[in-house]
Parts: sequence; structure tokens; C-alpha cells
Amino acid sequence: MTPLVNPPRKSIHQIDARTKKRNAAEARFKAYGLAAITLGLFFLVVLFTTIIKSGLPAFTRTAVAVEMTLSPADHAAAEKQLMKTGAYQKLFVAAVQQQLRIDATDDAIQRLLGKVGGDIRAFYKENPSMIGKAHVFTLSASSRVDAYLNGKLTRETLVDSRFMQLSDLDLVDGLVDAGIIQSTFNWGFITGADSGVDNPGGAGIGASVVGSFYMMLVVLVLSLPIGVAASIYLEEFAPQNKFTDLIEVNISNLAAVPSIVFGILGLAVFIQFMHLPQSAPLVGGLVLTLMTLPTIIISTRAALKAVPPSIRDAALGLGASRTQAVFHHVLPLAMPGILTGTIIGLAQALGETAPLLLIGMVGFVARGYPTGLLDGFTEANSAMPAQIYTWAARADSAFYDKAWGGIIILLAFLIVMNIVAIILRRRFERRW
Amino acid sequence: MKDNRIVERDVDNADIRINAKGVNVFYGDSHAIKDVSVDIPANAVTAFIGPSGCGKSTFLRCLNRMNDTISICRVTGDILLDGEDIYDKRVDPVQLRAKVGMVFQKPNPFPKSIFDNVAYGPRIHGLANTRAELNEIVESALRRAAIWDEVKDRLDAPGTGLSGGQQQRLCIARAVATAPDVLLMDEPCSALDPIATAQVEELIAELAENYAVVIVTHSMQQAARVSQKTAFFHLGSLVEFGETGQIFTNPKDPRTESYITGRIG
Repeated sequence: MTPLVNPPRKSIHQIDARTKKRNAAEARFKAYGLAAITLGLFFLVVLFTTIIKSGLPAFTRTAVAVEMTLSPADHAAAEKQLMKTGAYQKLFVAAVQQQLRIDATDDAIQRLLGKVGGDIRAFYKENPSMIGKAHVFTLSASSRVDAYLNGKLTRETLVDSRFMQLSDLDLVDGLVDAGIIQSTFNWGFITGADSGVDNPGGAGIGASVVGSFYMMLVVLVLSLPIGVAASIYLEEFAPQNKFTDLIEVNISNLAAVPSIVFGILGLAVFIQFMHLPQSAPLVGGLVLTLMTLPTIIISTRAALKAVPPSIRDAALGLGASRTQAVFHHVLPLAMPGILTGTIIGLAQALGETAPLLLIGMVGFVARGYPTGLLDGFTEANSAMPAQIYTWAARADSAFYDKAWGGIIILLAFLIVMNIVAIILRRRFERRW
Repeated sequence: MKDNRIVERDVDNADIRINAKGVNVFYGDSHAIKDVSVDIPANAVTAFIGPSGCGKSTFLRCLNRMNDTISICRVTGDILLDGEDIYDKRVDPVQLRAKVGMVFQKPNPFPKSIFDNVAYGPRIHGLANTRAELNEIVESALRRAAIWDEVKDRLDAPGTGLSGGQQQRLCIARAVATAPDVLLMDEPCSALDPIATAQVEELIAELAENYAVVIVTHSMQQAARVSQKTAFFHLGSLVEFGETGQIFTNPKDPRTESYITGRIG
């Protein structure tokens, strides 16, 4: 062995080459990290501005507001027609004509309106006493008028078609000046249900929000107790052997299974085998429960593992049974982790689309809200992501705005859920 | 308790609380405790000493079946508590642990209030019928653990906010509150400073008036200071067991002598 020799003494005020190299490596690494975070933030900003810019038009509505008086004779005549909504539409066009000071053909006015006859008919059905009295209807304009006012459609890009002609735009300008065409906040988008493919102005996300809510209720009620109970058993009671190892590996793998696989499983088991109603939030919730369970089990087990064993020893040493030790001491300490995992799982489930397509929860199934509290589980409905998907796939470009608007609503829900998760975690967090 | 002199102490050997005969412990294939026989007297302190890994803590954990929580651990031989086999099929370890309390190496109060820490044992064992009774039990346990005066004004404060020595005395109070017959202490002072250690040692001496106390310790001085009986473990075997005074002044086994004079361990 060569004897160890102390190297000659150097001043500590001089930084040697090796230290310089190390410091440089550290500075480089910090720069990489900073660059990564900046890039991430940049994309986040781009994402949010795009979503908000594209989605905001969905929240405003271009409406045609006109006072109309329906005489009992007209009402009776319209109800006798074969195309009843068409008849109402014609009456409305006549009402617009009455207030108009410029010349326009009925067809031109017709082109500026959305499919509004149904709304008028529904109004008089609900308020028969209004027949014969004056009422101001504020009804959707056609999606092209919408696009023209939003600046998406200009005189240069307009192609004459049976939907819109260049002369119609002059009419629109005139109607805007007269205050007949106006932009209003579109409450109908937040509270309404999906509309027909030819009436983007009347489409709303409200019914699918309710569908999502019922699904999340099913997911929460099933996956939280099952997931937490399974984790507690596996972590605190189950013997460590080959069989439990196998279960563990399978749970981890389940978390990575593509969601569409769960969808087809749900279709086969819940709908075809168990004959549960198609498109029902109950079935959607069951499928999403299968998807969420592994997430909850994995995070709950991690939270239980993180509780120091000394707490279990203390409880057992005092003569507490295992169950008492778990429920009195370990579980409360693991609660923040369990809640975080649960809400992450729920948020994931809320945004899941693929399995819903397979069990028939795509949009345009719900034309209104569920009729009763419990019917909400079994009546056909849609969910937010499926509704957005449906809108994005429709031909009328005005539905594209609706899809972006739907995404804003979905994101708002996710942000609220995350805030709730943070608040709950803060509240339950205890130090030891 | 500050003097290190070793004195002959009279112990009433007739009153034996725990009687262990031919105890063997296996962790899977490894033989951790080899044929150990020890008699733990009532109303006295018995110290287990020995180098690290000699099995003294393992043996201590056999006395209230805390080893049951380790699935690969297997215990043979007889351990009798007041003449009854604690490894008998009819014994519920939960019931046993209420009679044989334990204090751990690291203070481990529950992250709850001081009151709830002490009240936990009486609550789960149904020792108090009314709130007033519970208050009484908590107060007397805290008094017995010599911590009452320090915490009486802040029973609602979290137990984890106390200093290390106070936490350990709180854990002792918690163990005492379930009214055990035997108190097992696994290196109760190893995480404490000398002042807190002195307080806990004083407490141990007082507790010995009412309980059979078994203490595992790394410090031979501590064993000499607080115990009446000492057992020396080495490599899983009980080398020597006797009066503390005799073990420290006149050990019979050469290994004991080497250990207490600092040549092994």
C-alpha cells in the first residue's frame, strides 16, 4: 500500500478546477430546470388563452328580439299545420317584418333566424294565457349571423349559398342598428340541454353537467369505500404471500389499462349481461368506478404506508386491536393522502370520454333535465366530455365554439375540485 | 438516583410475575432467542442488558406478544403471566397487552391532545363510565408519570408539541393509564438528554412500587442505577441472570465480566 500523503496546502480563497467544474454543472442543471418550467408555463398560457378566446363566443348569444302578438286564430291555424314549428317560425318572420323599416324578403329574414319555431310553440304551450297578448321574444339568430358579428365571417369570405347571401349582411347591419339583433349573455348555454344539429344557438351544456354530476356521485359512493376498504385490508391485514403480490401487481396494471377497454367491458357486462339502461349515468358511473378504483387504491396504500409504524406500535402496545389501531390512528393520519388520491381519481373520471362513447353516453341523447331526483341515475343522459366530443364532430362550425365553451366549463369544474382537494388536505393535515 | 454506587438490594423472590421457561424465537430460519429462562419479580425493576442485536428487545416484545405483528416470527417455550401461559390458544393478545403495557424507544405520542393520549387506553378498555372518572384516571396517570404539573394547564394541547423527555413521560402515563400489571420499557431513555433521562429513571423507580417493570437498556450505568435484577444477553442466549449488585460486582460468567468492563459489545 502506498502511504497517504497530504497534498500541499492551497488557499481556500482560490477555487480549484474540480470545484469550478462542479459549480458549472450545478448552474447548468439549474438552467435546464428553469427552462423546462418556463416552457411548461408558456404552453399553459398558450393553452388557456386559446381555450378562453375560442370558448368565450359560446357564452354570448346573438339574438333576434321582437315583440309579437299571437292571435288565437293564428294559434289554432298553426296547430293544425303538419309542420307546426315551421308555422310558428313564419309567424315570427311576419312579426320581424312588421317592425322592419327596410325592405327584405321573408326568405332573407328566415335565413337570419335559427330554428326558433319550436321555442315559440313551447312558450305558448306553457303559457296559454299569453295568446292574444304582446310578448317580446328573444330568440337565437342563425349561426352565420353569429359568425358575422364575431368577425369570423366577413363580406370577403362569404360565399353565396342558400344559407346566406351578401345582401343578407346589409339586412343584419340594419337590424343591429334597429336594436332587433343584439348580443346577450347566453344563460341557455350553461343551463340548457343539447339542441338539434341545425340549431347551434340553442345548444347548452347544463343537462350534461347534471349527467356528469350523477356519474360522479355513483363513482364517489362506490369507489371511495371499496377502494379504501381494499387498501386497508391489503396494507394492514392481508398476509404477505405470492397471492397478495399477484393482486398488487394486477391493481397497478389496472391503473394503466386504456379507458376504452373499461368502456367495452361496461358495455358487455352492465348493458348486455345485466340489462341496465343504455346511456344511463348509472352505467357510466359504474364503468368509471372500475377505472377510478386502482387510482384510489394505489394512493390510499401509499398514504397508509407513510404513517409511521411507531403509531401502530403505540396503539397495539396499549391493547388496541388491529382494527382499532387502524381506524382510530392510522386512517385519520392517512386521510389527507386518501382525499387527494380520491379527488385526482374523480377529476380523471370527470374528463374521461372514451368509455362513455361505448355505453352510448355521447351527446344529443338528453333534450332536457332528468324528470326526478332518482331518475337522474337511470334516464339517458350525456356527460360533459362526451357532449364536447359530439359538438366538435358536428358540421355546423358554430358548434365548434360550443365545444370550446364546454371545455371552459369542464376546466372550471376540475379547478373547483382541485381547490376542494387542497382545502380538505390542509384541514386534515396533522404533524407528528 | 444520581449515585452510581452499586448496592445490594433485597428482592422478594417469592413473588414472581412473569415466568419464562425455555423460550426460543425464530425469525424465518434465523434463531434469534436461544432457550432463555427468566423470572420477572413483581414490584421490582428487571433490566435486560447486552450488545446490539443480542435479542433483548426481541425477548421483551415476546412478553406482551408484540412479535405477533411480525408474520415470520415464531415463538416456542413457555411464558407464564401469574401462572397462565400467554401463548395459550385462549389468550387474546389484545387483552394481554392491556395487562402488560409497553413504552417504546422513541417517544410516540398520538398526534392528538395530551388528554386524549392518556385517555385512549381507558376508553378502549372501558375503564371509565363517566367523564369524571376518565378525568380522574388521566390525572392520576399523569401524576404517576411525574408530568402532571407541567401539562395540567394545557391538556388540550397536542402531545406531539411537548419536548422529547415530556413526550416519553406522556407515553409512560399513557401506558400506566390502562392499569397494567407489568410495564415493559424498550430503551426508554435512548432518545433523551441526561436531564430527561434522570427524570425518567426516577419515575421508573417510583413505578416499581406498583408494577413489575422490565427495562431494556444499552447503558450499563442505567441498569445499575435503576434495576434490582439484571439479565445479560449475548448472541441470543441468556448468559447470566441475577441480582444487579452481583452481576456488576461479581459476575459468574467471564462473558458478563468482559461486557461490563467494556471488552465486548
